[in-house]
Amino acid sequence: RAAAAMAKLILLWLKCIILYNAVDAVFEDQVGKFDWRQQYVGKVRFSHFDTHVQSSKKVLVATENNVFAALNTRTGELFWRHVDKSGPEGNIDALLHHGQDAILVVGNGRLLRSWDVNVGGLNWEIVLDSGSFQKACLVGQQGTVKHVAVLEKNIISLHYLSNGHQKWIENLPDSETVDYQTVYSGGNGEVYALGIVPHSHIVIIAYSTDDGEIIKQISVEAPWLSNIVASCAVIGQGVLICVDSATPSLYMYNLNPNMDDLQMTQIPLQSLGLEVAPDFQPVLVSHQPNSAHQPLSEFFLQLGPDNFLLLQFNNGQIVTLRDFKPVRKLFSIFLFHIQKHYINLFSAETGRRLLDTTLIFVMDPNGGKPEKIYIQPFLKKDDSVGYRAMVQTEDHTLTFIQQPGRVMWTREEALSDVVTMEMVDLPLTGTQAELEGEFGKKADGLMSMVFKRLSSQLILLQAWISHLWKLFYDARKPRSQVKNEVTIENLSRDEFNLQKMMVMVTASGKLFGIDSKTGSILWRHYLNDVPSNAAFKLMVQRTTAHFPHPPQCTLLIKDKDTGLTTLHVFNPIFGKKSHVTPPALPQPILQSLLLPLMDQDYAKVLLLVDDQYKVSAFPSTKNVLQQLQEMASSIFFYLVDSSQGRLSGYRLRTDLSTEQIWEVVIPMEIQRIVSVKGKRPNEHVHSQGRVMGDRSVLYKYLNPNLLAVVTESTDTHQERSFVGIILIDGVTGRIIHEAVQRKARGPVHIVHSENWVVYEYWSTKSRRNEFSVIELYEGMELYNSTVFSSLDRPHAPQVLQQSYIFPSAISTMEATLTEKGITSRHLLIGLPSGGILSLPKMFLDPRRPEIVSEQSREENLIPYAPELMIRTEWFINYNQSISRVRGIHTSPSGLESTCLVVAYGLDIYQTRVYPSKQFDVLKDDYDYMLISSVLLALFFATMISKRLAEVKLLNRAWR
Amino acid sequence: MARVVQSKVAVVSTVFFVCLHFACCNNGRRVGDALETEFSGFSVPLEHSFEVDDVAKFQVRGALLLKPGREPGVSLSQNPLSDEDRTKLKEVAAVDGLYRIRVPRVFLQADRQTERQMEGYLTAFVRACAMVESHLSDVIALHTDVSGYLIGVSIVTLPGACRGTEVEDEVDLEIFNTTLSIMAPVNAPGPETAFFLERMEQESEKKGKNPQEQKSFIAKYWYLILGGAIFLMVTNSAQPPAGGGREQS
Repeated sequence: RAAAAMAKLILLWLKCIILYNAVDAVFEDQVGKFDWRQQYVGKVRFSHFDTHVQSSKKVLVATENNVFAALNTRTGELFWRHVDKSGPEGNIDALLHHGQDAILVVGNGRLLRSWDVNVGGLNWEIVLDSGSFQKACLVGQQGTVKHVAVLEKNIISLHYLSNGHQKWIENLPDSETVDYQTVYSGGNGEVYALGIVPHSHIVIIAYSTDDGEIIKQISVEAPWLSNIVASCAVIGQGVLICVDSATPSLYMYNLNPNMDDLQMTQIPLQSLGLEVAPDFQPVLVSHQPNSAHQPLSEFFLQLGPDNFLLLQFNNGQIVTLRDFKPVRKLFSIFLFHIQKHYINLFSAETGRRLLDTTLIFVMDPNGGKPEKIYIQPFLKKDDSVGYRAMVQTEDHTLTFIQQPGRVMWTREEALSDVVTMEMVDLPLTGTQAELEGEFGKKADGLMSMVFKRLSSQLILLQAWISHLWKLFYDARKPRSQVKNEVTIENLSRDEFNLQKMMVMVTASGKLFGIDSKTGSILWRHYLNDVPSNAAFKLMVQRTTAHFPHPPQCTLLIKDKDTGLTTLHVFNPIFGKKSHVTPPALPQPILQSLLLPLMDQDYAKVLLLVDDQYKVSAFPSTKNVLQQLQEMASSIFFYLVDSSQGRLSGYRLRTDLSTEQIWEVVIPMEIQRIVSVKGKRPNEHVHSQGRVMGDRSVLYKYLNPNLLAVVTESTDTHQERSFVGIILIDGVTGRIIHEAVQRKARGPVHIVHSENWVVYEYWSTKSRRNEFSVIELYEGMELYNSTVFSSLDRPHAPQVLQQSYIFPSAISTMEATLTEKGITSRHLLIGLPSGGILSLPKMFLDPRRPEIVSEQSREENLIPYAPELMIRTEWFINYNQSISRVRGIHTSPSGLESTCLVVAYGLDIYQTRVYPSKQFDVLKDDYDYMLISSVLLALFFATMISKRLAEVKLLNRAWR
Repeated sequence: MARVVQSKVAVVSTVFFVCLHFACCNNGRRVGDALETEFSGFSVPLEHSFEVDDVAKFQVRGALLLKPGREPGVSLSQNPLSDEDRTKLKEVAAVDGLYRIRVPRVFLQADRQTERQMEGYLTAFVRACAMVESHLSDVIALHTDVSGYLIGVSIVTLPGACRGTEVEDEVDLEIFNTTLSIMAPVNAPGPETAFFLERMEQESEKKGKNPQEQKSFIAKYWYLILGGAIFLMVTNSAQPPAGGGREQS
């Protein structure tokens, strides 16, 4: 029995330890309760429907983000996804699809891969000569496809489809002068390599599929031709057809080795009764449905921006089958076209429209124009043709449509490239707003105030009763029927402000409003005129707190080349463009700053500085201008010109011009400015100092204007390279601290908050990633405890710094943020492995002692250890890896303990973190019954004992 | 009307400029020449500007003598503020104007004079009222980068606040009381592995010396566990008599 008791004790003890350690992690039943992940693939570059099995539900997509994936055509979900290296190394050059195999050429012809379409497994992979990929095609013979041909600048090679082994490889003749552009196979045992010497001649080489022997080599005069891919196509039984816009005419040449023409046959377009639109380069489009067979003899000729012709090549003659004059856009050789919002199917042989094939396509007014279309045709049971269409629009959206126009699913692939985001509080419900409004309104007499209070109380009572009624009503229904769908209509703030609107800006120029609780997209808005190299800055000018004024966000879109800027002002809750007209900005904008000043409608003032150093304000009402004039002498801003290493400070004048007041120049010969990081304006610091072991206080240096400037040396030699950190006051230009991390190089990730700066760099000496933390303290007494002014802080702060080894590279870094700043801070570190690590700031503390003393123990300082461990329970996203995480956004919630986190990259992940545990929340399994019964029992016990005591007293008195 | 006033102001300020420039140039050159030979350093002008209309017009305040080398040194020789400047500084302070200083960009480690000077200036400022109220006691710091280029200058006054106290005595605004320093970047520390390893070794040595520490949990506390076990056994076996005892009482 003793042993049993002992075992129990030990078990309990073990349990305690386990519980203590596991508190940071998520319990199994909490998975997906507070977090969600969405996986994306990016803008589609190639797409094929998997048609080798009738019942297959797959569509293969290869994207510009180097992702190869299979989507479910019924739901739009991912079957599987392979994320390759980002950048040109993982670039997908070609996607060929045959039966169960998908052949991918990756990294400018570096790798040839074959994937099994069914399960997404890799069949084989071989390494090619990289750097000069031109074209790949499947090679068929006698009705079956067994090989794949890869054409590079000077080499053509043939590989077996089954195992990737090379069958033969041949050098292309005269590859220095001839530009081999394309490869073609008509399924009759020959592979043609087509090359060109621009404005001179075409070179045609026919190889035998069996052994790579040159069957025929011929050059044909074509002085009018400059590019085969752009103006030629192969049709019918191996006829090369090219179009020349100068003459204008079609040229034909039979590739068949038995024919020995030395000239291309010219057919003037006039003889066909056709005319090319002025200044238009005609385009030919042909189609080869099966690589084992020759292409169709019908082809498209585009003569103008909206003029397509379906032509047929028949016995050396070209016949016009149909003229699609009013067509807006033609996408591929599948014989259909889009006319406004209709898709029709036409027969290729006759050019006639097929019956019952019209698909009405309703475009999203907030989306882009269609860009590409992929058609999956199939034979219905009654032998008529049916089809489904996947439409890709300019805003990278994929829409899958079924006849007669039902949208099966849409995928917003623009979200794979989120640039910046903000989290906006949801609006109050009507009743909450009523209550808020009561305090906002001006007082007008005692009686009216009383009535107002009574009426708002009545409204609250009414809302409460209706809420109770709804609860009661819902409780009778089975649970599955109770729908809690979030729509834009029933959006309202929850009790602890845990649900927010995520406003996401994507690189394609599409804006999204996403509900942070469920991840559902509540609104989307596509900005059509966004330049491709735009930089975005999103600012919340008015929050939802100022009912009845609608919340207002401003997106600054800046063309990186010209510096010209436009503003898009919108309501972040509904996504609608605001009726407030933003100012026209004819000059390039250098800097923008959101002031804490508000106009009479509670919109924060946005200042824009143009390249003439003139300042314009938005909104620029009289009230704002007056406020600006009053405040002008205390409005300072800084500009960074990293191309010249120049940091300069300016002060606003009352006439809204500026004057330069300080200048710091970091010579470009030695180091270049990589990033300049200020503090987040919405950050609160709760405690001004830290209590030391001896009960004295070490005050923090909390300069809100402090900038951390990171530089990297231009010399990249591993002995001489360095990373510089300069802390500059943004108002006075005073260099507070200047440090150099020797034998280090970037990329540097930096977080700047409170009184500390944490940065990560690569140590070239030790070949590892290292973290360094700088903390600033004013000392044992504060200079001015009431207010901080950069102009009046003569004493330089104490600087403490410490460095640590980190066992992994990192992708991005951010610090948690809470409402009042009481909760301890954690660093959220995005790792390339897809994990997000929540590292307590406590471990990055330059006051960690090397030798433990009584005082440091009193202060709860962890003894210094050079290595920072990665503990698995610190991963906040357990197994929900986030591919290529690029940014982490943190936002405070209404609960002090809770911080909302959104990580974005290829995927989007939203969760909550509790850096100091949930100290202000009762646990889910909190025993309300127990506590209330104990309370009741105690209450009755006191009542009874009181009664008993009275009786006893009375009895004693009688004695 | 407005134009007339403006032109008047412009005339007055140019007059100031001319006379001051004359005086300072003389001084600056003399001081610089004398010291360059002694310390093998070189001098650059420290200029200042304070104008009522806040349009910078820099005039020489003194000469900075920079000594290149492994530990660069700096010293400053400056002239007292003239009567006109004193009144002007007080005027500027009254309208909350700025007192600016600037130094030319220089490269300390260059051998020849031509290589030292670079295009452009580094500027900093302080509120003119702070300058007045601190009786011209300022702290100027020059910051260099790793290779000895001057990258920034900063100025603060001690005390730094503007409380609006009147400075009556003109003598207080005559002589600058400047604390000057030149600062090179600090070498940021790397991870302290050597010290940590040393400490770990020491600790393991200590443990090796003290055999008590090395014992396992059970070996260390066997008597407690045994005692607890005996106690449990005794209480178990002693239960019936204990029950009897309760009956008796």
